[in-house]
Amino acid sequence: MHAEPLSLIFLNAAIVNNFVLALFLGICPFLGVSAKKDTAWNMGLATMFVMLVSSAAAFGINWLLTELDLLFLRLICYIAVIASAVQLVEMFVKRFSPALFRSLGIFLPLITTNCAILGLALFQTTKEYDFVQSIVYALGAGAGFTLALMLMAGLREKLALARVPSVSQGAAMSLMLAGLLSLAFMGFAGLGGSHG
Amino acid sequence: MAELPDTRERLTPDTFLRGLWEENPVFVMLLGMCPVLAVTSTTVNALAMGLATTFVLVCSSLLVSLLRNWIPKQVRIASYIVIIATFVTIVDYAIQAISLELYAALGAFIQLIVANCVILGRAEAYASKQKLMTTLVNSLGMGAGFTLALLSLGTVREILGNGTILGISIFPADFQPWIVMILPPGGFFVLGAWLLLFNWLRLRKERKAAEPTGVIADAR
Repeated sequence: MHAEPLSLIFLNAAIVNNFVLALFLGICPFLGVSAKKDTAWNMGLATMFVMLVSSAAAFGINWLLTELDLLFLRLICYIAVIASAVQLVEMFVKRFSPALFRSLGIFLPLITTNCAILGLALFQTTKEYDFVQSIVYALGAGAGFTLALMLMAGLREKLALARVPSVSQGAAMSLMLAGLLSLAFMGFAGLGGSHG
Repeated sequence: MAELPDTRERLTPDTFLRGLWEENPVFVMLLGMCPVLAVTSTTVNALAMGLATTFVLVCSSLLVSLLRNWIPKQVRIASYIVIIATFVTIVDYAIQAISLELYAALGAFIQLIVANCVILGRAEAYASKQKLMTTLVNSLGMGAGFTLALLSLGTVREILGNGTILGISIFPADFQPWIVMILPPGGFFVLGAWLLLFNWLRLRKERKAAEPTGVIADAR
């Protein structure tokens, strides 16, 4: 068991090893839903919720599969749990906010294939976090994902008003921006202790 | 990908070639970006990742195509994901058995092939509607296109960031490697640069097509 303090786990997941900008997880929604700030915010929250649910479930599954000596089924079980959690969020959002449901569009069911969530479940298993540590790690990862999404959305809203050469419009420009953001986040390297 | 025709496709060279260029999963459709950026700091890693993804892509597409008449529509996504996860588990154990060094370098990204949207996208948009043979050829093409994209990032990043290609040094000894290229920002920059290049090529082509003079026509 690790004696890593909870605050450090949170900081590490949210900023130092930011899931999007340092570990390259969840790039698809990062590029896809970062055009407007409020959509980005809601997407961030939805992802964070799925992260929390699947992190807690992954902890239980890992314990169960270790007991039963069925570890080769781990990946399949994780992805099944994530898919169900996403389904839950989708039904919830559709019921309570149809407008949000429309603005998130295809990216809501695609949270299933957001590798940040599966990555989170896999990393917490590798790091052998206990239950509370896993939850804090999930919160940190979700916060970091939302932060990256919001930063990007803010930049892109400004960019919409700027005159950009036609060659660099669209995805190319977004990737360059992401590179600069990632460069900025590298300034935090070493703050959170261990890598990964 | 709604523009794909719903009818069965005839097997043509285009079935394969489309994945390489016209519908390249990375450069055109911008799918499966996470491994593209994360494991391409060296050429070898990029190649291994490309091959592993191609294997999963081809096998799961084939199985989806085989079972397309038996999978109920309501639970199709879940079924596809379980199929994909099964093949990824096979690859995961295989790479562990072949080379522990490679396994450590690729890290969690082997298991994360499950969450690669290229594969699920192919299953949903193509394999679930097409016959076995066309699916095989098409997914091979897509896999090749994906590997090509990974390699085009991996080589550039290794040459600039480390001064080597496939581990062999190609620059004089006083070459100062651009460390930033192997670090995370480099991935974004190199992919961005490739997209810029393709944008420029496309724009140039469009401009030429728009010019009404006969000079271009003669040049052809």
